[in-house]
Amino acid sequence: MSSLDDLYREVILDHYRSPRNRGELPAPPAVRTEGFNPLCGDEVVVYLQVNDEGTIDAIAIGGQGCSISQSSASMMSAAVKGKTVAEARQLIRAFKGLMSIHEGEIGGDGSEAEQGIAAEAETATVALGDLEALKGVVKFPVRIKCATLSWNTLDQALTEADSQD
Amino acid sequence: MGLPADLKSRFPLLQRTVHDQPIRYLDSANTSQKPQAVIDAMSRYYETINANVHRGSYEIAVQATDALENARAKIARFINAPDPREVVFTKNATEAMNLLARAWGSANLGAGDAMLISEMEHHANIVPWHMLAAERGIELRWIPVRPDGHLDLTELDRLIDGVKLVSVTAMSNVLGTLNDVRRLADAAHAHGALIAVDGSQFVPHRATDVQGMDIDFLAFTGHKLLGPTGIGVLWARSEILEAMPPFLGGGEMILSVTKEGFTTNEIPWKFEAGTPMVAEAVGLGAAVDFLTDLGMEAIQQHETELTAYTLRTLNERLGERITIHGPSEPGQRGAVFSFVLEAVHPHDIAQVLDQSGVCVRAGHHCAKPLLSTLGIPASTRASLYVYNDESDIDALAEALDACSDYFAL
Ligand SMILES: Cc1ncc(COP(=O)(O)O)c(C=O)c1O
Repeated sequence: MSSLDDLYREVILDHYRSPRNRGELPAPPAVRTEGFNPLCGDEVVVYLQVNDEGTIDAIAIGGQGCSISQSSASMMSAAVKGKTVAEARQLIRAFKGLMSIHEGEIGGDGSEAEQGIAAEAETATVALGDLEALKGVVKFPVRIKCATLSWNTLDQALTEADSQD
Repeated sequence: MGLPADLKSRFPLLQRTVHDQPIRYLDSANTSQKPQAVIDAMSRYYETINANVHRGSYEIAVQATDALENARAKIARFINAPDPREVVFTKNATEAMNLLARAWGSANLGAGDAMLISEMEHHANIVPWHMLAAERGIELRWIPVRPDGHLDLTELDRLIDGVKLVSVTAMSNVLGTLNDVRRLADAAHAHGALIAVDGSQFVPHRATDVQGMDIDFLAFTGHKLLGPTGIGVLWARSEILEAMPPFLGGGEMILSVTKEGFTTNEIPWKFEAGTPMVAEAVGLGAAVDFLTDLGMEAIQQHETELTAYTLRTLNERLGERITIHGPSEPGQRGAVFSFVLEAVHPHDIAQVLDQSGVCVRAGHHCAKPLLSTLGIPASTRASLYVYNDESDIDALAEALDACSDYFAL
């Protein structure tokens, strides 16, 4: 199953089997945001607590889904914890860039390709760490939505947290 | 009896490989593959007699019209309908259900009226009724599903009392459960209701007799019964169709149009606005011929044997690691297997199996109310048809075993 090993890298399976920051936070004060992938029924719940300095001091992940969506959510939670909202937003853009480089290549329209390149530049400046392991997902286009589900949900949660204060 | 040993060779797509492996197509409940005979019939139609129907007076236009109407007659015979005029062509089963809900429903269901469906319906037999309910306040009642995958009919008398329509599937696309349609039809008629049957999964796999089942409507879709996409059927008893208002308006469905209004055509054309799907009807006719030649009894026997083999093989090979939903008795179910594999998500299973050329579906199978009753967010589904054999099941079991190892803690 060698080409599968590109998709299911060891660190992905590790996060899938032992997800980080799994659980719930009391909301409020945390914001609670749900995301769904209607195609396969995956769901993710992001609980987010941003302090007065604009730092994410707590995050928890609920829901259920495949190894890609669950490990992506787990890695994301580890990556943004302790970061500022601005840094988290930057990370979201970088991660989506990692996922959309492919869309540009497989013939999205021109604007998407341009976005892809802009995002690629962003990717280069932000250290993605473990998240790089998810790069293999772009070879399996149907799974990209699994990988980005939690990130889109986080994006929404950040917006909600912003509007709370 | 029995099916020809070389059957797979008559399906061109099944000759291809996927990731350098022979393809193991186990997603026929989703859509079936097409025999060469169907593909050829459609090509021949385009190569020799293509013309618009019911309007030309020249030779090929007459031949094209005959081809469409011959296909209709074949399909009527295939479901034992007394009259080909009762066969209305639609785009698919979904459009057939919407035609039923819009045309019959809008004339017969109003505020306070009730209808009865079941928890194991495909969204195609749920959402059109939700839409009607939202519009005119009809009450939607549900026949529950038991944990063993059968309908729970203990409260049927209470549920059916006062309803105007019962609409149920003859076979579940998730569990393979075969429902006792005749019993439901008798109950509906005893309470003065009509009964509609979603035959999308049943008609391709079992001899269908609309008169024997004593039903009023039957919807099914061509692409699941070896036919092309883009064609489905709504069958209904002629007196019901005669009384129904039209569905879509336009050409073909009218007898005359003036500035003041229009008069509708006779059935079935009254429900077929615009240029119909002629090549697709020809293809569906060829599919029905192909199935009739094989014999629906032989198909049933083949699938029941393969069902027993599948249940045995998967349970032996995977033991405690697999849970197969639906009836455990091979004679009471079609060859559709929804299962959950311990610790592996359906999406991952489908992806891993694909590497071995095994095509299965992961997800909710357009039956979310059923999955929520079963308490599972998603399942993996393998579904079989005439061209599958034991080697496909062996490949499935092998790939599942490897998949389970791959994700093992
Ligand atoms: C039971 C059942 N009803 C209806 C449908 C809808 O068929 P179609 O998508 O061809 O309209 C399907 C297939 O997806 C089905 O399995």
